[in-house]
Amino acid sequence: MSKLIPSAAKFLAGNTITKVTAPVVATNAKYSTKKEATFEIKPYKLHKLDQGPATSATLTSEDALKLYEQLTILRRIETASGNLYKEKIIRGFCHLYSGQEAVAVGMRAAMRDADSVITAYRCHGWTYLMGVSVLGVLSELTGRRTGCSRGKGGSMHLYGRNFYGGNGIVGAQVPLGAGVAFAHKYRADGGVTFALYGDGAANQGQLFEAYNMSKLWDLPCVFVCENNGYGMGTSVDRSSASTEYYTRGDYVPGVWVDGMDVLATREAARFAIEYCNAGKGPLVMEMETYRYSGHSMSDPGTSYRTRDEVQEVRQTRDPITSFKEKILNHELVTPDQLKDIDAKVRKEVDEATKQSKTEPEVGIEELSADIYYKNLEPFVRGIHPAAPLKHLEVQPRNH
Amino acid sequence: MALKSSPAVLGMLTRLSRRSFATSKALASKPVTVRDALNQAIDEEMERDEKVFVLGEEVAQYDGAYKVTRGLWKKYGDKRVIDTPITEAGFAGIAVGAAFAGLKPICEFMTFNFSMQAIDHIINSAAKTFYMSAGTVPVPIVFRGPNGAASGVAAQHSQCFGAWYSHCPGLKVLMPYSAEDAKGLLKAAIRDPDPVVMLEDEIMYGIPFPMSDEAQSKDFVLPIGKAKVEREGRHITLVCAGRGTDTALKAAEQLAGSKGIECEVVNLRTIRPMDFDTIARSIAKTHHLITVEQGWPQSGIGAEICARVMESPSFFELDAPVWRVCGADVPMPYARTLEAHAVPGPADVVDAVTSVLGNKISAVQAQ
Repeated sequence: MSKLIPSAAKFLAGNTITKVTAPVVATNAKYSTKKEATFEIKPYKLHKLDQGPATSATLTSEDALKLYEQLTILRRIETASGNLYKEKIIRGFCHLYSGQEAVAVGMRAAMRDADSVITAYRCHGWTYLMGVSVLGVLSELTGRRTGCSRGKGGSMHLYGRNFYGGNGIVGAQVPLGAGVAFAHKYRADGGVTFALYGDGAANQGQLFEAYNMSKLWDLPCVFVCENNGYGMGTSVDRSSASTEYYTRGDYVPGVWVDGMDVLATREAARFAIEYCNAGKGPLVMEMETYRYSGHSMSDPGTSYRTRDEVQEVRQTRDPITSFKEKILNHELVTPDQLKDIDAKVRKEVDEATKQSKTEPEVGIEELSADIYYKNLEPFVRGIHPAAPLKHLEVQPRNH
Repeated sequence: MALKSSPAVLGMLTRLSRRSFATSKALASKPVTVRDALNQAIDEEMERDEKVFVLGEEVAQYDGAYKVTRGLWKKYGDKRVIDTPITEAGFAGIAVGAAFAGLKPICEFMTFNFSMQAIDHIINSAAKTFYMSAGTVPVPIVFRGPNGAASGVAAQHSQCFGAWYSHCPGLKVLMPYSAEDAKGLLKAAIRDPDPVVMLEDEIMYGIPFPMSDEAQSKDFVLPIGKAKVEREGRHITLVCAGRGTDTALKAAEQLAGSKGIECEVVNLRTIRPMDFDTIARSIAKTHHLITVEQGWPQSGIGAEICARVMESPSFFELDAPVWRVCGADVPMPYARTLEAHAVPGPADVVDAVTSVLGNKISAVQAQ
């Protein structure tokens, strides 16, 4: 389908890819599965490291199904988001993650309960992976009461347990992430923080400040550069004097990872957690990936790159298609199992999408809710002196 | 009291107190400098709560650029008193991130002038996150340091941020005047679950104030959002904060002595949330108001107070227009005489009081 209607391709990624590949592999699978298989990983590039992540990965059939489900659900969330935006139900900004799913899904698979994440505004998928329901994500995007920030944050300000956003200021999340890592070390709770940023933010000054202090203080912080090739519409070559982002921590060791391979990102995150937990300080990881959509919904993404380029990535490097082929070819899963997952994911996201349109927004009394944890004035000033707003405590407090 | 002393005596007192308080605890009857009061507050709160830590430039081994954190590194060690590189955006961001994760950072800016390098983290990261997360991510952090004009340090190092930070919902903004203010407000700020900006004043650091037994106890905390009437009076209200309070009190002293004018001096202590009730009560009594601050006039703290008066029944209590006594609308010059004319002194307040009470407003404006 995507080959036939290139202009529509960017909005239809989810369906298209599964449909194209499924019939081909179905003939090989014969409905029998193996319990596990081992895969080679595209070699990592190392910076100031003697040893990198494991170059082969063992995958169980159970994990294969789980990873596949997460990859597809992330893709579907973004397809739904794109549609909701076009229906003008999502307002303002909306930045889609389609094409980059393997970065988040693989890393999440390696993370433990104690670990934490902070990312930029391309955060819908991460929010889901950190435990917020599809409805919690989508209805935040539509600004409804069931949103994980009750509709008060919007698409760039989603939070969850051990998940500190969702940040709309390019680069700001990186020192914040180092601060979360500081807290892990201060408490000695064994947690590691993943602070994600794009190739655009990679040139922000405050990153280098954060690298420096993290290294000085051996913070358990993994700086993850998701290099999708473009910071808004400026290609990496036009923005960065060095595009080897994994080396740009200088004295902070780094790893280049194929960010389109969910097993590579999983092994890299495992390595990073072990590295940080051993008290060796921070690490930089560059995940080379690609975004199918424009920077945000207002960007068709075609003036600074060609449609052919996007199509080529979709056809040769798509993180979902390639993973699907792998696990089918190795007979870890059957086509039917994947079809079941596709159906389940579709149902879940469709239902959440529907509900995210029908849920109401929070009442106007929440305009002045939870501005302060401990509010000291009963009323907040409204638009004019005769329209005071009562400060409400909606979120329970531990007074 | 120190306020009545000449500058020479004051300086001597400062040096004496520095020496004595470096090694021994202050006694109830003895004066305590603002610097030592701040130091006590941090020390006591660090002792009380393991989650409290200090970071900033020169806070540890150097003992603080202005010695506010003196002795704390020796007592609490590297883990809890942390020297940072001179990179405000980075360390303010790290401090806010640590607060996201539940610690209680005290982030010192060597002076608030440098907080502009980090203002994104104060506003966008600290002030707004609790609201954006619908109350799920509290940010219990204190940003503190000297604010406003010091002496002879020129434009980039002489600026009041009271108006800047108090503009922003999500922040609480404190401006202590005395040693009691400094200790009680800083302890309150550290215990507060919201982001607090504590605007101190370098020139006040060395000034000793008498401190009551109560104020010296470890349980002494002042309420955030409450003003203090420093001096009762019936003719005119002077609303001020921080070093402006020093200026207003000196002017009130002169006016009482020379002209029999009784000024009521309201020390705001907190700029946000602002205790307008106390201001309104005072206006109802004196029917005249002047605001005194170090910052620039436009959109300043005085401008905010004027606006609140205009919007409230206090307007009808006024017998004359409100005046602002504030920093001149110029970047701070270096030369001594120019500098002296850029920030308000007691004589300026005396002039303003005389004008407002004499209803000479139209004459002045006609010039």
